Amino acid sequence: MKIESIGRWLDERLSISTIARTAQKKEVPLHRQSLWYYFGGMTLFLFVVQVVTGILLLLYYRPSAENAFESVQFIMTEVKFGWLIRSIHSWSANLMILTLFIHMFSVYFMRAYNRPRELTWVTGVVLLFLSVGFGFSGYLLPWNEVSFFATKVGTDIAGDIPVVGKTMLRFLRGGDEVTGATLTRFFGFHVAVLPALATVFIGAHVLLVQLHGMHVPARYEKNYRRMKFFPNFIMRDLIGWILAIGVLAALAAIFPWELGVKADAFAPAPAGIKPEWYFLFMFQTLKYIPAKILFFDGEVIGILFFTLAGAALFVIPFINRLPEQFPRRRKIFNLIGVIAILYIAIMTVVGYLA
Amino acid sequence: MGNIRAHQSQGNTEGSKSQNVTRRRFLDYLLGTSAFATLAAILYPIVRFMAPPHVVEAMQSSVIAAKLSELPPNSGKIFKFGSKPGLIIRTASGELKAFSAVCTHLDCIVQYRSDTKQIWCACHNGQYNLNGENIGGPPPRPLESYPVNKRGDDVVVNRS
Repeated sequence: MKIESIGRWLDERLSISTIARTAQKKEVPLHRQSLWYYFGGMTLFLFVVQVVTGILLLLYYRPSAENAFESVQFIMTEVKFGWLIRSIHSWSANLMILTLFIHMFSVYFMRAYNRPRELTWVTGVVLLFLSVGFGFSGYLLPWNEVSFFATKVGTDIAGDIPVVGKTMLRFLRGGDEVTGATLTRFFGFHVAVLPALATVFIGAHVLLVQLHGMHVPARYEKNYRRMKFFPNFIMRDLIGWILAIGVLAALAAIFPWELGVKADAFAPAPAGIKPEWYFLFMFQTLKYIPAKILFFDGEVIGILFFTLAGAALFVIPFINRLPEQFPRRRKIFNLIGVIAILYIAIMTVVGYLA
Repeated sequence: MGNIRAHQSQGNTEGSKSQNVTRRRFLDYLLGTSAFATLAAILYPIVRFMAPPHVVEAMQSSVIAAKLSELPPNSGKIFKFGSKPGLIIRTASGELKAFSAVCTHLDCIVQYRSDTKQIWCACHNGQYNLNGENIGGPPPRPLESYPVNKRGDDVVVNRS
C-alpha cells in the first residue's frame, strides 16, 4: 500500500508509466545477423567499466612527472586490489577498442549507416576518435619508458601534419618536448575533456539509435521476426556483460598489466618499443615506408594517408548512398572494408611478432 | 519576425515602414556584433591559455659530456645538452664523436650499438653510421653532429 502510493507519487511527477509503455513497445529485429547488435551495447558497457575503475584510480593517482610512476606503483603494490582495478582498467580499455572495431565494421558491412542513419555513423566515428584519444592519453599516465617514447613518437607524428602540425605538437606536449607538462595535459584530457565530450556523443549516438530503431539489412528486410527489447534483448545483453566481467577479471588476474621502468628523458629508447596494439598497424607501416618518397619525407606521406583515411570514415554514408541502385559501388566499398581489415590484421600481427 | 514586422508596419506610411525595417536591421546587427564580440572575448583568452608559453632557455654552448675514463673504446653514452639529449661515442679506434641523440625520424632517443658499430634507434629500427649519416630504416636526415674536445679527462662537446 505504502509502496504503491510512493510509486503513484513518483509516476505523477516523472511519467514513469509512459516511459515504461514506450519501452514495452521497443523491439529488436531477429535475423541471421542479429548477433552484431550486441557489440554496441558491449562497447558501452566496457566504457562504464572504464568510468568506474577510472574514478577509483583517481583516488590514488598523482599526475606529475615526479610522482606518477610511483603512485601507480603504490596502487599496484600497496592499495588493496589496486593491481586488480588497474589491470581491469587497462584490459577493459583494450577490449573496448576491440568491440568498438567489431561494432564499426559490422555497421560498415551491413551498410547500417544509410539514410536516415548517417548522423548515427558520424557520431560513432567521433566516438572512435575519442576512444583512441582516451587510449593515447591514458597510455602516458603511468609515465614509464614505453609510454614516454610512444608519446614522443605519437605527438611527433601529429607535428608532421602540414600547416597545423607545429601548433598541434606544442598544444599536445604543452611545450616543445614531452615533459611533465605533457603528462599534466594528457591527464586533463583523459579525465576531464574527453569524458565530457564522450558523454555528449554517447548520448547523441544512443538517442539516434532509439529514434531510428535497429537497422535491418536489405536481405532480411521483407522477412524477419522481432524480439522485445525489454526484457528479452536486455537480458541477453546482461549475459554478455556478465561474461565480460568474467573475462576481464580472468585477464586481469592471469595477465596483470605491467608497469615497466620509469621514464627517463635522457635514456635511449629501449629495444622492442611498441605502442598499444590498435596503433600497431600504423606504427608498423611507418617502419616500412622509405625515408624519401620523391621529394617528400616518407613519414609525412604515411601520416597524410592515415589522416585522410580517418577523415574518409566520416563521409562514407554520404558517398555510398542508395547501395541497391549502385551495386558496383557497393562491391567496391565491401572490397575496401575487407582490405582494411586484412591490412590492419596482418600489420598488427607483423608488428607484434617483430 | 517577418510577421511581427509586417503587423507593426500596418497602417503606417510606406516611408516609415522602410525606416522601421532598417531600424530593426540596425538593432539586429548591433545585437549580432556584440554577441560575436562577447563570444570572441571569452574564447580568445581560452585559446591563448591552452597554447603553452615559450620558455626561453639559456642556450648552453658547451658541456662536459663524459669523463674519458668512463668511455672505453667502442662505447657510447647519452649526455644532457641543455634540455636535449646528446650522444657521445668513442669508436673502436678511440676517436671521439658527438651527435644530437634525437632521431630525425620521429623524435626517439638513439643509442650506440657496439655489436654493429652503428647508431641505432630502437623505435623504428633507424640506423646511422659513425658520421651520423642515415644509412638504413626510416630516418630522413643525418643526426646533427657536434665538435668534441678533450680537456684533461673531460670530454667537452660544443655547439657548432
